[in-house]
Amino acid sequence: MDATIASILALDGLSNGAVYALLALATVLVFAVTRVIFIPQGEFVAFGALTLALLQARQVPGTVWFLLVLAAAVAVQDLAAGLRHGQPAGRLAMQALRTLAWPVAVSLLAIWVAPKGLPLLAQAALTVALVTPFGALLYRLAYESLADASVLVLLIVSVGVHFALVGLGLFFFGAEGFRNPSFWDVRFSVGALTLSGQTVIIFAASLALIVGLWLFFERSLAGKALRATAVNRLGARLMGISSSSAGRLSFTMAAFIGALSGLLIGPTTTVFYDSGFLIGLKGFVAAVFAGLASYPLALVGALGVGLLESFGSFWSSPYKEVIVFSAILPVLLWRSLRDPHGEDH
Amino acid sequence: MKRFAFPAFAAAMLLLPLLPVPDFWITQSIYIGLYALVALGLVLLTGVAGLTSFGQAAFVGVGAYAAAYLATQSGLPPLATLAVGVALAVLAALVLGALTLRMSGHYLPLATICWGLALNYTMANMEGLGKYDGILGIPALSLFGVDLGTGRALHPLVWAIALVAALAVVHLLDSRPGRAIRALKSGATMVEAMGISTFRYKLTAFVIAAVLAAVSGWLFAHFQRSVSPSPFGINKGIEYLFMAVLGGVGHVWGAFLGSAVVRLTEDQLQVLLPKLLGTSGNFETIVFGVVLVVVLKYAPDGLWSFVGRWRPAGAALRDWAGAEALPKRAKPAAGERLLDVDKVRKQFGGLVAVNDVSFHVDAGEIVALIGPNGAGKSTTFNLATGVLPLSGGAVRWRGQEIAGRPSRAIARLGVSRTFQHVKMIPEMTVLENVALGGYGRTRSGVLRAMLRLDRAEEKRVFAEGEEQLARIGMAERMHELAGNLPLGPQRLMEIARALATDPALLLLDEPAAGLRHHEKQALAGVLCQLKAEGMSLLLVEHDMDFVMGLADRVVVMEFGNKLMEGTPAEVQASPEVRAAYLGTEH
Repeated sequence: MDATIASILALDGLSNGAVYALLALATVLVFAVTRVIFIPQGEFVAFGALTLALLQARQVPGTVWFLLVLAAAVAVQDLAAGLRHGQPAGRLAMQALRTLAWPVAVSLLAIWVAPKGLPLLAQAALTVALVTPFGALLYRLAYESLADASVLVLLIVSVGVHFALVGLGLFFFGAEGFRNPSFWDVRFSVGALTLSGQTVIIFAASLALIVGLWLFFERSLAGKALRATAVNRLGARLMGISSSSAGRLSFTMAAFIGALSGLLIGPTTTVFYDSGFLIGLKGFVAAVFAGLASYPLALVGALGVGLLESFGSFWSSPYKEVIVFSAILPVLLWRSLRDPHGEDH
Repeated sequence: MKRFAFPAFAAAMLLLPLLPVPDFWITQSIYIGLYALVALGLVLLTGVAGLTSFGQAAFVGVGAYAAAYLATQSGLPPLATLAVGVALAVLAALVLGALTLRMSGHYLPLATICWGLALNYTMANMEGLGKYDGILGIPALSLFGVDLGTGRALHPLVWAIALVAALAVVHLLDSRPGRAIRALKSGATMVEAMGISTFRYKLTAFVIAAVLAAVSGWLFAHFQRSVSPSPFGINKGIEYLFMAVLGGVGHVWGAFLGSAVVRLTEDQLQVLLPKLLGTSGNFETIVFGVVLVVVLKYAPDGLWSFVGRWRPAGAALRDWAGAEALPKRAKPAAGERLLDVDKVRKQFGGLVAVNDVSFHVDAGEIVALIGPNGAGKSTTFNLATGVLPLSGGAVRWRGQEIAGRPSRAIARLGVSRTFQHVKMIPEMTVLENVALGGYGRTRSGVLRAMLRLDRAEEKRVFAEGEEQLARIGMAERMHELAGNLPLGPQRLMEIARALATDPALLLLDEPAAGLRHHEKQALAGVLCQLKAEGMSLLLVEHDMDFVMGLADRVVVMEFGNKLMEGTPAEVQASPEVRAAYLGTEH
């Protein structure tokens, strides 16, 4: 290996790492606020990439029907709970309206505009608008009523949600893989390196999102409420912060980050309905590196995972996944030495 | 009725191949047995120990590939390939466990996901393991000259192993190591304070689960006569967990029920769902995923709870009459300096919770630690017993420095304690909770427990437990579930549990809280009697009547500082103590 190859690999690794970093941040965020280890985080990535791909093909993406099904399921769940508690019809209707309004509106919009072939950026925006509501809907369907369950139970629920989402993904998107067009079709030469426009966008978008998240947590009231919930759920609840709306917000953010990651990674690799799992898990390795707690460490870990992956695939392409996932062992060793008293219940 | 259920079930499963059932059902039944072995490990790990693994399919793969590779390449006999497969699985489990089990419970499952993926990609890419095609042409299983090449011939072996494993796990759960494993879910503090290494038993549960999975893999390889990577992937690992949860993750027989339901419906779903949805694909994962979430939400005990509840065998029996008493440690001579707390300090960030507090307890003394709420009494307790690390100072036990040692090591020296907020295993009986205290005085390990060689010792532990419960007037409640007791008796149970460790020094954190007047009097009587027997006591208490009538010396704390020390009369006369409790006039 010479310096040229090394720098190409490093660039490649860092640009993938930037996407893993976003996923790792989302994982840490969701865990901190809700104690849910959100295995299906990667599914949002696949859904985002596939939605854009189908919009590109001027088809109505399966996301639309998927979203409507989920929203209907939540509405039915609310209705059942409301009827059991004997709530008045007006309130039930309002509740259903609140649940259904955005999914139905954005779905109708997608059905209307999909065949027209919008510009790429508008399609990207529509994709994010379609995938983001998945977060809160999933939270309400699977996790909300289990908010006080143990981390273990929530983790097993996550695995169930992952199973269901992958199966539904196959139904709504089909088994075909897609590769999206680049958002910015230019190439810059920096010495021996060729920087594609998409790489620049990945770095810029990741950086913007990280700064945005930082501002959100430091400056906005909603961000501070999420931090408070992360530190002490009961205490936050006593201060009037609903832990269930904190959960919905964090899941919404996770879905948003996932959809955006899907847009970023879509042009660099072929995405199938089940590709999200592995991508998400690489974010997970980074999140574990961060002890599921520290945002800066998650960023460092994700870049490390990206580099390991690109160099690993150079050294031994068939074993690159083995290398990346085996890397969790030294990470865990380091963590257990660093923080042996991580016992909490 | 219940007595005959297991033999009848076992006989039915072992003799099934003799009946004229179609081969299809024999095959299904073999798969159910193979799955149940794996799910059984998850019951122990997830339902009982409160940990989980998504990598069990990988352990199955280790067993299967070891059998396949060694049988085809080196022609080793099947029992040797089994030994190699199990040894590899144990090694992997030890490494993963050693790395993760000292940390929070969610690191193990995350590590097992990665391990499952890494192993699966290794299988799928390694030349020697046949890459994606796997290994074909595994010879038929033949043990001691008996050919087990057909499904009908193999069926009894699979089920014999599965049933023996189930019985072994049932036996294990009702034993000394089993109680330790069952206690893991309730947090480490109390269990460690009983002298039990929680890490060791988490690792034990994980290793047992890995061994069961590897044995299942060995059988699987000989049944299929070929192996390929796909049945050992992460999805299968999740499916095993699904079987355990569906059947009832806290119940041994739930593993069998869950495996049967999944195996029997999986085929149907694989045919039905694509027809229903109009395209081909593995849509059964949708059903599994949704059902998994629904079960956890609405029936966390799984299907088995509808069939019958598993109870620790013999728990309601009293068969230990006349059992030999457990060995007792030699009591220190009266007046010997036992506990010497020397300028201990605890800081939480900038807050000094305990500020250079010193006091001592001599053999045969009752010392009381009193003070208003927030004075740092319980923190001092935790420092002395190793539950919290010191920020400064020293704690000596009979002249030996013990600060910095884990609480279980301090407990084994003869220092036992209760907790301000009762810590117990609510789903165990009162007697079993107390028997946890006898852990350090007994020796039986996992194998002895599984083989039921621990019965004599178990009787001695239960006899000891009953004796200690009788001492505090709770013998008649020993078979009740601890979680059903009111708070007062729960506190008394904690004292009995501490006494079952045969301590030289007993530390009681608010023992009289929640007790009625006559119960308090009875407790004071017991404590006086303990003192007469040479026991030393350190108590934190708010009830002044209780303390003043009992204690030889009283240490008063306020805001983390030691205010004074003296006899009850001196303390009662002290204006500073009055000011601390009642405030001062200005």
